Amino acid sequence: MARTPADLVEAEPDPPFEITFDGRTVTALPGQSVAAALWGAGILAWRTTRHGGRPRGAFCGIGQCYDCLATVNGEPNRRACLVPARPGDAITTQEGHGHADLAV
Amino acid sequence: MPTSPSEPYDLAVIGAGPAGLAGAVTAGELGLSVALLDAAGTTGGQYFRHPAPGLGAARPQALHHDWAAFAALRRRLGASGVTHLAHHHVWTVQRQDDGPWTAHALTGAEGDTPVRVRARAILLAAGAYERQLPFPGWTLPGVVGAGGAQAMLKSGLVLPGQRVVVAGSGPLLLAVASSLATAGAHVPAVIEASGYLGYAHRPLTLVANPHKLLEAAVHGTALLRHRIPLRTRSAVTEVHGTDRVEAVTVSRLDRDWRPLPGTGRRIACDALAVGHGLLPRTELATGLGCATRRAPDGTHALALGDLQETSVPGLWAAGETGGIGGWQLACAEGELAGIAVAARLRGLPALTGSRRVRDLARRRDRMRAFADTMAAAHAPGPGWTGWLTDATDVCRCEEVTVGGIREAVTGLGARDTRTVKLLTRAGMGWCQGRMCGTAVACLAAAGTEQGTVPPSAERRPLAVPVPLGALADQPAENDRTS
Repeated sequence: MARTPADLVEAEPDPPFEITFDGRTVTALPGQSVAAALWGAGILAWRTTRHGGRPRGAFCGIGQCYDCLATVNGEPNRRACLVPARPGDAITTQEGHGHADLAV
Repeated sequence: MPTSPSEPYDLAVIGAGPAGLAGAVTAGELGLSVALLDAAGTTGGQYFRHPAPGLGAARPQALHHDWAAFAALRRRLGASGVTHLAHHHVWTVQRQDDGPWTAHALTGAEGDTPVRVRARAILLAAGAYERQLPFPGWTLPGVVGAGGAQAMLKSGLVLPGQRVVVAGSGPLLLAVASSLATAGAHVPAVIEASGYLGYAHRPLTLVANPHKLLEAAVHGTALLRHRIPLRTRSAVTEVHGTDRVEAVTVSRLDRDWRPLPGTGRRIACDALAVGHGLLPRTELATGLGCATRRAPDGTHALALGDLQETSVPGLWAAGETGGIGGWQLACAEGELAGIAVAARLRGLPALTGSRRVRDLARRRDRMRAFADTMAAAHAPGPGWTGWLTDATDVCRCEEVTVGGIREAVTGLGARDTRTVKLLTRAGMGWCQGRMCGTAVACLAAAGTEQGTVPPSAERRPLAVPVPLGALADQPAENDRTS
């Protein structure tokens, strides 16, 4: 029986690359979304809510719920389940609406 | 083929899942110029979601029972001349008088480049998304949609945890549990709120759809092989954990899905995959005034004619947008629509009188009947709100609780989702009520005399969030023409 999803489909991926999550190095595989790369590293939350400051991550997995919003390379409100991971991407936890820099 | 570069396509197909693929290749093979738009990078939709080429999956079919059918459609697509526009998020469809249709989409690496695709006919094959019902703790990281877990596994080859409880209602749960277990997760239990006896009320429909019995047997066998118990008439009524899932409480339900006090039983797990059936994605069509019908499970689907046309001439639909029914039904409907569009645009009504069309229509009607039986068997019972507490979040985006909505209903007199939204912001956030809409409708109905006002059909003027810059700036040079 397969022990991992990659074993199951007999995956031989192209060489892995590194992205960072809040400064920590995470290994991603070519073709994975940002959310998939984070799940692969055991990370399930990359946003805190606007009111309660509660942790959130991917929920619907198909771009419909917007719970997986993350800040990708400084750009907030990207749907991590849809955005492909690219070498060197810096993912940071999105706090609230992600535009704290615009506050007066 | 069109001779001028600014000429519209004959047909724009929105959605590259089974229905859209079947429609696009059929129309392409009949000589139409076709654009096939989809938000994803690869074809297949949700059902045939598969790893991107970079993941080097030698056997993607290990996560699919029907891969050969998809591989055949994909081969035909490659040979058909259909233009596949990947990573195109369609946000609205418009038509000026009797001219061609315009599908407005966003694309590009940042997802904010506006493009327009013009076509003489539209086939809407936008699929479905999961119906969710809230319960205490459902916003904790580690609680994911059942379809979401399946999607992340099929495309990204990842799991949300090592011990994953699968819960909710509907046949998708069996498929998800079977995939997760086959891919290495431990699934302590599948928790189904209905009783599965609902199917027995329509034995003839079951006999007429042997492929569905076979599917059930395949998933049932997988559950047995992995020793996964199926608990019917039960639901997850609480999730435990502070920053992520540590366990769930499963309670027995009565026939109306009301939790039975004192039956709670704790199951340790690090993730929960949950869903309560699927909702048709109809907003692009309802925005154009297309008529809808109410399916037996309370969802709203597009009302379609014998040849898949909506109530708006020139706009066809196929697959889950016309009611949840599975991939084989979607393929039959897509092919029917492709033939119907070709017949209309080429002025060849004889195309729709063929034996093939009669066969497809018969198969469609048979599978629709099964889908209705299934929808009725898994329709949420009115007692489900019994597992909510006032502190339970209902609207995930705006963090609106059950208590806030009940106050709007009992204290302020709200009787429908729109009034609840105006008073509480429930459904006003990023997802525009896609996740909480069903629950808000049920809670609002509690204030009415009959207590069962059905949710209204989905109406959203924009199908995805659009940057103001994209709305203001509609440059003609971004037109995609054939």
